[in-house]
Parts: sequence; structure tokens; C-alpha cells
Amino acid sequence: MISIDPVALAGAKPRGARPWFHNDPAVERVLAITMALAGEVAVLRERLDTVERLLESGGALTRASIESFIPDDPAEIERQRWHAEYVSRILRVIQQEMEALEQDPAYNRSVAEIGEELGRM
Amino acid sequence: MDTTTAPTTPASTHVPAWHHVARHGVMPEPTHDEMARFNFLANLTKRISTLSPGNRLAWDRRVAPSFAAEHGHEITDRGDARSAMLADPYFQGWSSLRRSNMEMRQQAGRSVVLRQVNELNARAKIINDGAPTLRLDSTTKVPHYLDVMDNHCMPGSYHRELGPDDVSAAANYDCGIFVTTGGAMGRLLDGGGKAIATHMRETWPTFAPKRILDLGCGLGHNTLPLAQAFPEAEVFAVDTGAPMLRYGHARAKSLGIDNVTFVQADAQYLDTWDEGRWARELGLGSGAGGASLTGAFDYIQTIMFWHETCRSTFFDLWSKIHTWLAPGGLTLHVEQPQYTPEMDLFEQFIRDWDSWFNNEPFWSQMHDIDVFDAMESVGFARADQVAFRAAAPTELIGDQTGQPEDHGRAAIWNVFGAWKPLL
Repeated sequence: MISIDPVALAGAKPRGARPWFHNDPAVERVLAITMALAGEVAVLRERLDTVERLLESGGALTRASIESFIPDDPAEIERQRWHAEYVSRILRVIQQEMEALEQDPAYNRSVAEIGEELGRM
Repeated sequence: MDTTTAPTTPASTHVPAWHHVARHGVMPEPTHDEMARFNFLANLTKRISTLSPGNRLAWDRRVAPSFAAEHGHEITDRGDARSAMLADPYFQGWSSLRRSNMEMRQQAGRSVVLRQVNELNARAKIINDGAPTLRLDSTTKVPHYLDVMDNHCMPGSYHRELGPDDVSAAANYDCGIFVTTGGAMGRLLDGGGKAIATHMRETWPTFAPKRILDLGCGLGHNTLPLAQAFPEAEVFAVDTGAPMLRYGHARAKSLGIDNVTFVQADAQYLDTWDEGRWARELGLGSGAGGASLTGAFDYIQTIMFWHETCRSTFFDLWSKIHTWLAPGGLTLHVEQPQYTPEMDLFEQFIRDWDSWFNNEPFWSQMHDIDVFDAMESVGFARADQVAFRAAAPTELIGDQTGQPEDHGRAAIWNVFGAWKPLL
């Protein structure tokens, strides 16, 4: 028998130095914590979805029925699409950064610059 | 090629849910919420890959022009490319997310496994005890390249044990890799092995290896398709990690596959370890006064192995593969595409992400090696070399045409190898 603390060990650090990407490590720390929290919200939402589907089906709503629930194909697609939309909402700011890089610079000008231009028109 | 120069439409197909992953005798059983966590992380992986084209845009629009303005020449070196991109806010944010995703994936898999570790170990032990097809050797020395850094942020790597009979490292690998591949490796993670086996049957239908060797087999997920394709063959799957082998052996048995012997050894020293004891015990070779692996195998493979070794092992083991291969034998190797002078520098840089930021310290240098020169240098003539891209099965994922590639992770089976001519 192995005697371990599974919670502490699950989050163990791998060997090798961690790369840090943001100029301030505190930013990276907050981002990592935020994404972990985002994951837990998604877990709650998927559980709620299971509860709703069990209620709709008229079956027993017990912890055991939640644990053994496997969505059928249409339900799986709905749930996975929810995950995709959800993560897309969480990461909206990065999507918009990407679009700013892609956009014609004529449509990515500052309010000050455009305001000045409109004032002259 | 795989170059993506502009953002593509976000994925219209959904990531398959974790419950499609195949169960077998030693697969850990996640709770409802643990499966949901895998589903979130797999969708996050996909979203991060759809945001990857922003890195190319940052490179084209500001990083490369700024570098040229400052230095008076374009970026020509991958190190300069990396330094310049590391200062770019888009790449910083994207990389930070991708690294976090890898770390969360490890924690998610380990959470599932570690709370049931004793039960998993016991299940494997019942199947494994006394089986002649599992040959563990606790004196096996783990190579420095595996011990010094845990590849792809996997705490404990493939080999470190939490106690006797431990299978946890393998169970974590098996249940969690779904997150980084989104089902692209198939329900049994055997896409690479299946792609190779299918290609072999279609391209060389008369080739029927009697003895097969898989080096760095991990939990044997890509060994099994070969064992199934050649049921008459004796298959030897070698790895240094006892947890991988215990789990892999029990997994194979529970899937009804009996012709694979799982062997704990350092692949590089199979022939010389303990004066050839391994070869003697397995009845291999015919060297005078003992055993030799010379010409012992008709087919030798590695799948996503070389980038987790080191330079001296790469060349030494290639030389040994040439020696161990029987005349008329074939060796095939799956890796992500090599970097070539023709490959665009940004493409090389982004494919290198896993090396620098996902604990794959030899990946970068390995992908710079000209594998065809290397094979020639150990005796495989150019005319006997092969290279192909094998199609991955798409049992879980739809047509990926038009989807942005998750660089370094894509289930694109880039294969190289060689025949050893008949005497």
C-alpha cells in the first residue's frame, strides 16, 4: 500500500525551471489562478447541465445518477459547444488582440486621432 | 505545408468529450466532475490553438520589422526569433496560457489517478503477477536526459515511483493526454502505431516481421497496433520506466493482446547490459559464448521518442538499430517534422515552443538533425531510406482541413526510416 497525500502530489512541480512569460511574474500568477478558476466554473456548469437533463428525463436525481450520467450524442454536442463558447468568452480579450493585429490599420486608429480628423471635417 | 499565415475561422467542429476515451482493465475511473475538467481543458487547448495565428501576425506586423529596424538585418536565427518574440505582449499572453494549460492538465490527470492509486496498482498487479511477458529490472539506470527535467511538465516523468507496484505515472499519461490532443490520437491513443501499421500493410503487403522491437514504448499504446497487425510476431516493448511497463503490460493483457513482452531497460544498452543477459534470457541472437542482438529484429520502431533523448544517444542508438536489424528488416520512426533550411523561420520558431516552454530540452536540437544524413552515417544507404506522412485515423475527430494546426502537437504522422538490404 502506498500512503500519499494525493491533493498535494497532484499539484507537484515538474523537474526543471518554469519559464515565466510576463514582465511581472505577478501577472502570470494571477492569470494561472484565473484560468484554474475558470475551469472550476466550467465543471460546475457541466454538473448543472447533468442535473437538468436527469430532471427532464424523469429519472432519479441522486449523486449516483449524476456520477454515472453519460450524455447521448446530441447532448454531448450541446455540452461541448457550451465549453467552446465559454472558453471563447473567457479569452475574448486575446481574440481581439489578434484581430487588432490582423485588421487594416485604417480601422484600428485611436479616438484622439480620429476625433481630431473629424473636427477638421 | 502547414503554414498558417492568417487567422482561420474558429473551429466549427466540437472537441469530443472525454467519455469516448476507451476503457480497459487498468484505466482510472474519473468522477463526473473530473471528466468535466478534462472537457474544459481540451476545449481550452483547442481555443489556444485557434489563437496561435496571432503569433504569426505579431511576428509579421511588429516583431520582425522592429528587429530589422534595430539591427539593420532580418531575423535569421531561431534564438533571435525567440528572444524577440518573448518581448512581444501577444506571444507572452498566449504562451502563458499554453503553459498554464499544460500544468492544469497534469494536475487534473494526477488528481484522478492519485486518489485511487492503490486500487489501480492492485488491478495491475493481479494481471501482471508471474507473467513471463513483463520483465522488470530495478537495477535499470534511468538516463540523465530523462532524470534531469520532467518532459512536458509531467511531475515524476515516466519512471519515478511513489511506492511498490506503482503505475500512477502511466495512468496519468493515459487518461490525461486527451486534453492536449482532443481525441486526435484515437480512443486508445494508438494513432501513430495504427498509421504505421496501416501504411506497412498497404505499401509492403508481403513484409511480415517475426520479431518486433519498440524502443521507448511508454505504456505501449503505439506498440499494440503492430502486435495486432502481426499477431504471429514476437513483440518486445522497451522502456526505462517501471510504472509505464506495469501499466502497459496489464493494459495490453486486458485488451486481449498477448504477443508483447514489456522489458525494463535503457534502450541504448540493450545489447551490453549485464553482459547480454537480456538477450540470453529472451533467447535472442546467436553470439558465441552468449547472446547478441546482431540481426535479432525484423522491425524496429520508435514513436515520438528521439526528442526525449540526447545527442550521443541519438547517434549511438541509430548505429545499434542498424546492427540489431536483420537483413531484409525495416526500421520506422515517428516524430514531428524536422526543421530544414527550407522551413520558414517563424514556422521553426513556433514548432520549437514545446522545447523551450514545455520541458522538452532536446526537442530543438533533435529537430535540427538531418535524419537522412544520420541514417546514412550509420550504414543505411540513401536508396534504402523511406519517408512518408501517414494518415491518422479520425475515429473521434472530424475532417481537420482548414483547422489551424496545433504546432508540435498535431496528429500528423511524420515517418522516416530505412530498409536493411538482404545480404
